[in-house]
Amino acid sequence: MGSSAEFFQHLVNGLTLGGIYALIALGYTMVYGILKFINFAHGDILMAGSYIGLFIYNAIRGQAIGAWTIVAFFIAMLAGMIFSAALGMAIEKIAYKPLRRATRLAPLLSAIGVSFILSNSAAWMWGTRSRKLEYPFHNTPIRIKGVSITPHQILILVVVVVTMIALKLFVDRSRIGKAMRATSLDQDTAKLMGIRSDKIITITFAIGSALAATAGFLIALEIKIYPSMGTMTGLKAFVAAVVGGIGNISGAMLGGILLGLLETFGVALLGIPYGLRDTIAFVALIIILLVKPEGLLGKVEKEKV
Amino acid sequence: MILLEAKKLTRTYGGVIAISNVDFHVQKGLITGLIGPNGAGKTTLFNNMTGLDTATSGQVFFEGVDITGQNAHNIARMGIGRTFQNIRLFKELSVIENVMIGLHFSTGKSPTTGRVKAAFHSLIHVKEEYNTLEAEAMKWLEFFKLEALRDELAKNLPYGHQRELEIARAMATNPKLLFLDEPAAGMNPFETDALMNTIRRIRDIGITVVLIEHDMKLVMSICDTITVLNYGQHIAQGTPTEIRNNPKVIEAYLGKEES
Amino acid sequence: MVNFILLILIYTGVYALMAIGQNLITGYLGLLSLTQAGFFAIGSYVTAILTTTYGVNFWVSVPLAALLSGFFGLLIGLPTLRLKGDYLAIATLGFGEIVRNILNNWDKVTKGPMGIQRIPMVSIFGMKVSPYTKWGFLALVWVFVVVFYVIFERITQSRIGRAFEAIREDEIAASSMGINTTVYKVWGFVLGASVAGIAGSLQAVFILSVTPSVFTFMVSIMVLCMVVLGGMGNFLAVILGAFIIQFISYFPQLVGLSNVIPPQFKQVLFGLILVIMMIWRPQGILGRQTRGAPGLLRKGGER
Repeated sequence: MGSSAEFFQHLVNGLTLGGIYALIALGYTMVYGILKFINFAHGDILMAGSYIGLFIYNAIRGQAIGAWTIVAFFIAMLAGMIFSAALGMAIEKIAYKPLRRATRLAPLLSAIGVSFILSNSAAWMWGTRSRKLEYPFHNTPIRIKGVSITPHQILILVVVVVTMIALKLFVDRSRIGKAMRATSLDQDTAKLMGIRSDKIITITFAIGSALAATAGFLIALEIKIYPSMGTMTGLKAFVAAVVGGIGNISGAMLGGILLGLLETFGVALLGIPYGLRDTIAFVALIIILLVKPEGLLGKVEKEKV
Repeated sequence: MILLEAKKLTRTYGGVIAISNVDFHVQKGLITGLIGPNGAGKTTLFNNMTGLDTATSGQVFFEGVDITGQNAHNIARMGIGRTFQNIRLFKELSVIENVMIGLHFSTGKSPTTGRVKAAFHSLIHVKEEYNTLEAEAMKWLEFFKLEALRDELAKNLPYGHQRELEIARAMATNPKLLFLDEPAAGMNPFETDALMNTIRRIRDIGITVVLIEHDMKLVMSICDTITVLNYGQHIAQGTPTEIRNNPKVIEAYLGKEES
Repeated sequence: MVNFILLILIYTGVYALMAIGQNLITGYLGLLSLTQAGFFAIGSYVTAILTTTYGVNFWVSVPLAALLSGFFGLLIGLPTLRLKGDYLAIATLGFGEIVRNILNNWDKVTKGPMGIQRIPMVSIFGMKVSPYTKWGFLALVWVFVVVFYVIFERITQSRIGRAFEAIREDEIAASSMGINTTVYKVWGFVLGASVAGIAGSLQAVFILSVTPSVFTFMVSIMVLCMVVLGGMGNFLAVILGAFIIQFISYFPQLVGLSNVIPPQFKQVLFGLILVIMMIWRPQGILGRQTRGAPGLLRKGGER
């Protein structure tokens, strides 16, 4: 085992990775909370947003790294978020809404289809080669007491924390947030109370997609942008949502962070080969489903007989 | 004799107490009613006695045998059948197929035949078994006068027939004890009268009936004995006349009288 | 051209086996599992390894392939089948990828990304069934398809099949009628997995080599499309679905446009098929089988 510095190093790495998972997991969990439906295409929506962000960024950033590139980066990220939000809302309207009253399987199959359409269309239009997203700043690591942290990681942590606080406040305090919670608890009654559930559902998809696009764009600096980037990351974020308690916003946050830590510490301490890193998430999924299927923060949902 | 008995049955969910220390027994051959205001715990009690829910504490005995914590399918095979508050038919299957599902384990594994052997038998004798089960199922459909609708999809049936089909399906499991959860819900007075007759006929062929109901006319007319629950607790038990005049029961339904 | 049509028909047969299995799991039991690629791979590799390294006869390797696939079906099924449908889909999704990952990395046994080559051809009564003269192989594959069609059709027409459908319709009610739903679900899953394993065996002696790159998530999606397109709960329909999907898959090559039409074209099309079928005609082209007494050839029809 290493020193405490190593521990904190892994902690930093794990938290940043976990933050990314958490942002993506939020989209899954919010949609599940309202519709009791897993949006398979969530990961691919973030991929699309990342591409759009990339194009905008490359168009406006100029050459030298400086203050402008950072601004351009955020503009591009915002563009990606807006695009993903719009895409998410459109997909909901076209491919999911018509199936709300259908059998349980129908929306799932439709979502799988959408996911397939998105990832392959991206490959068709933009090629399968991964594209580099240039850092808007010099990503030289800063060393604090033997732990090195990069500006990139700081950026991620800041964005994640700010976003989570903002989201929690929004859901707990704002009128729309309350409407979202009501709709997720009991859609029919919420409607009777005058809440337009369609609008709430659309907003939920928009917010979830935008958050995922943020995460995608941030992590793209490191993992690059490619058509299937959404699939594996999305899958792992879904596992995070399930582990934390699907349908539960705090659960998504907890699950994401936990999974990030598990992956980082798992590779570092248990020597799990990097190639099999993805299996950690899968194993975590199986374990939580066996031990506490409603998730760590989830409530047991007993089906009313 | 006492056919089914629950002793000190308690079911809590986190902080919520659904039923608490409930004693409940069912006499063989009688029609027992289970009543109480909404949320009193009636369906919870049913679910904990039919294996669809696991009690936090307490015991359930059927024909003297401890069945606490048993699975729903085992309890069904022991001779307890049931219907559901929100009708649970097999919607995309036909009327007769719904009843045939009730007959499922009649040709399945038994103390003398293992599961695999029974399965192979079913696969080899597909047509014969179908005919056997079909004939038996038709008898139950005739009991409920549903035989003309045999090939209709269950989901296309009018509401009243759906309720009857659910009872027919439960009867096909050849139960000694039949739980009916709000069978008269949504029925008009004519349909309710027909239901009363049906329940009496079921009793007459030797099946013990327990029913949860809100329709007081129905309950008072056909039940031999009534148990009352309120706030998850057993508050009274007796004949319809006794229950009708029981101050605790009146209070439960109407609230305390202003003095 | 004829050669090409034969190729499509052979693949139709191989995939039809998987589609029959998927139909049992999804159409009859109502479980959304995305595992067929994984079991397909396992079956393929079992036959490949047994026939090359251990000199085992193909015909002996087939039941072993089925057994091992079925065993893994049991392993995956037991923990995941007690969950709601949505979770099952995701849990099974990862399975195929994990299998491919392992096949890629377990060099000692599976020879890694290179895979296993020079698999011996099938021989029946001393005669070799060469995949190059397609007719013989076509017959071989379709004999398998017919056999398993009959078996699965029989299962679903029996008391067992009705129990499957009851579970799909309402699991709680089914268990209250005395059906041990867990046992039935696991068995259905194992059966579906086994037949996919057999399909894998056939694939191995057709291509005469196995590589991990063949068994992608795409395979599971294609199989799902076949079931959705043809008609869930109707075995003849899924065989038709298998043909249509394979036809679409090879269409660019068939009309000589494979330089113009990129490989993603068919994949986007499959995605579209899933979405459009669900919205417009969820019962598939041929629809579910009509209900009624068991007969040997039940027609598909409107429900």
